[in-house]
Amino acid sequence: MSPEDAPSAAAGRPRVFIVDDHGLFRAGVRSELGDHVEVVGEADDVLPAVEGIARCLPDVVLLDVHLPGGGGQLVVSELAPVLPQTRFLALSASDAPEDVIAVIRAGARGYVTKTISGSELVDAIRQVAAGDAVFSPRLAGFVLDAFATQPGGSEPAPSFDPELDQLTPREREVLRLIARGYTYKEIARDLFISAKTVESHVSSVLRKLQLSTRHQLTRWAAERRLA
Amino acid sequence: MDEPTRPAADQPPEQQREPDWQARIGSLRRVKEGRIAGGVAAGISAKTGMSVTLIRVIFFLTAIITGFGLAIYVIAWLFLPATDENTNIASRAVGDLRGIALATVTASMMIVLLVFISILGIGLFSSLSWPLVLAAAGLVLIWRNASPAEQATMQGFTQPLLGAAESGGRSRFGLRLLIAGLLLIIGLAVLASEHDAVALLQPLAGLVLVIGAVAALCGPWWLRVMRDLVVERQARIRAEERADIAARVHDSVLQTLALIQRRADSPQQVIQLARAQERELRSWLFDGRAPGSMDGMAATFAAAIRRIQQDVEAQHGVAIEAVTVGDCGIDDDLGALLAAAREATVNAAKWSGAQVVSLFAEVEPDEVSVFVRDRGRGFDPAAVPADRKGLAESVRARMERRGGCATVRSVLGEGTEVSLTMPRTAGQREPSRAP
Repeated sequence: MSPEDAPSAAAGRPRVFIVDDHGLFRAGVRSELGDHVEVVGEADDVLPAVEGIARCLPDVVLLDVHLPGGGGQLVVSELAPVLPQTRFLALSASDAPEDVIAVIRAGARGYVTKTISGSELVDAIRQVAAGDAVFSPRLAGFVLDAFATQPGGSEPAPSFDPELDQLTPREREVLRLIARGYTYKEIARDLFISAKTVESHVSSVLRKLQLSTRHQLTRWAAERRLA
Repeated sequence: MDEPTRPAADQPPEQQREPDWQARIGSLRRVKEGRIAGGVAAGISAKTGMSVTLIRVIFFLTAIITGFGLAIYVIAWLFLPATDENTNIASRAVGDLRGIALATVTASMMIVLLVFISILGIGLFSSLSWPLVLAAAGLVLIWRNASPAEQATMQGFTQPLLGAAESGGRSRFGLRLLIAGLLLIIGLAVLASEHDAVALLQPLAGLVLVIGAVAALCGPWWLRVMRDLVVERQARIRAEERADIAARVHDSVLQTLALIQRRADSPQQVIQLARAQERELRSWLFDGRAPGSMDGMAATFAAAIRRIQQDVEAQHGVAIEAVTVGDCGIDDDLGALLAAAREATVNAAKWSGAQVVSLFAEVEPDEVSVFVRDRGRGFDPAAVPADRKGLAESVRARMERRGGCATVRSVLGEGTEVSLTMPRTAGQREPSRAP
């Protein structure tokens, strides 16, 4: 997105800000990240996070989906418009799809579960710092579910923008492979495309997820909440 | 909450020194077993040896003929302690100011109602009016101060009534409409049966004025008491919810934490415990399933996949990253698919050496597919060791018998992926997005 700071972030040590309401978890992440990144600050709630991030201007914010003073999406929607060079990576122990989707729609560049290993987390941070999207298998599953064409019977949702409201077969294929546990590199090899192309597919899915007005997305989340 | 049932002989000593009549009444208790309402009749029967049915009939007849039976019953309910209690409801009700206020409201409303009825000159109710007021007020106090077990019994009586009042279902609304219509017709018929229509108007006008006066005087007070009651009821529901959550957290999370502390020297076991607990807590928080209620057959395909994940994680100590897309019911074909998926997952957990196994299941309109993938040691399909041949053969045979297919892709040193696909039969194709 902003080419002048991308190389420093991707190649060197990305500057990371951690937002989580559990001090123990922050300490754990900090020690797991070790020397691979530079942790420039921490916060335990929405307001201190917004202040701290605006002050430190980190490359990547590791953001807990659930915070006492409101969801993590508040932090993203507050800061994303004014700090275009800061990227948000949602990190959550939650399985609730509507929470995860809300943070992504607010502008986060990816979602990983808290059970992720330290080295995988470092990789995810590097990817996000370089402007790529990071999908965990679980998020890929959520997205496939949300964009699923309703099998026969129920009426098709009115689509305002078919371009945004549907996934291409290729994007679907990529998401399936992510859900099956493949890395971008493995997906590229499997589909005979370059890793860059895989990344662009994933970024395009992320864009659709953020911009689509597809009302099925909301309905789907509501159904999930009721279930 | 439930004190152990105490036999009548086991009284505190100071009660035995009380005057003779009080001691005799004191041993008269409301009996829990076989009670219909408060257990008064059963208590009297246990004390005197008379037949319960006879006592009940007497109470019932005196209740409908004069109303006194009802009042006496309610008073006995208030003042006789139950077999497992030392205090009666009345002594508890003395401290319940809100309950007393509510009883007063009920009584005053009933008095107003009865005055109207007597003005209207319907003689039927006049003889049982005062016992009725007494009984209603008494019941309010009992309702609020009875032991939890008794309250549960009473709730059983009133559930249908409350249900009709609270849930706004269409059929319930129809029922209410019907009852209201019936009452209206009866009322109009009573009014119409008075022949002199003009003479009727006078008392009616007076009636309306009196109603207005009473409403202006007491209405706000009645409303306030009712509102307080609603607030209190909500507080009680919240407290019950909190107690429920506390109980569940204790049963599951705290127990596991205790186990983890005790097995701190065995990381493998600690990881397993934490993982199983995490799974359970999640399924309660996000899927609405009670902890520990996962046994028995899973109802839907996605639930069955989660089940495989739980079981294999618990038995083999390997993390299973399960992702499901869509859901449907389970028929014989999908049962075979699930069995194959379980076998493949167990196999990956046991032999691959990988710490994480990915399990992805997708329900599509025409087919259901499952992928089991590990990044373990893998094997050369051309030189399959005997112990793995069993898996490939049995999984493949099982799938093919049902019209599905199974493929195994493995590279030495890179891992293995088993792909299972089962076409959906026509009857299965209805979208059933089960919870």
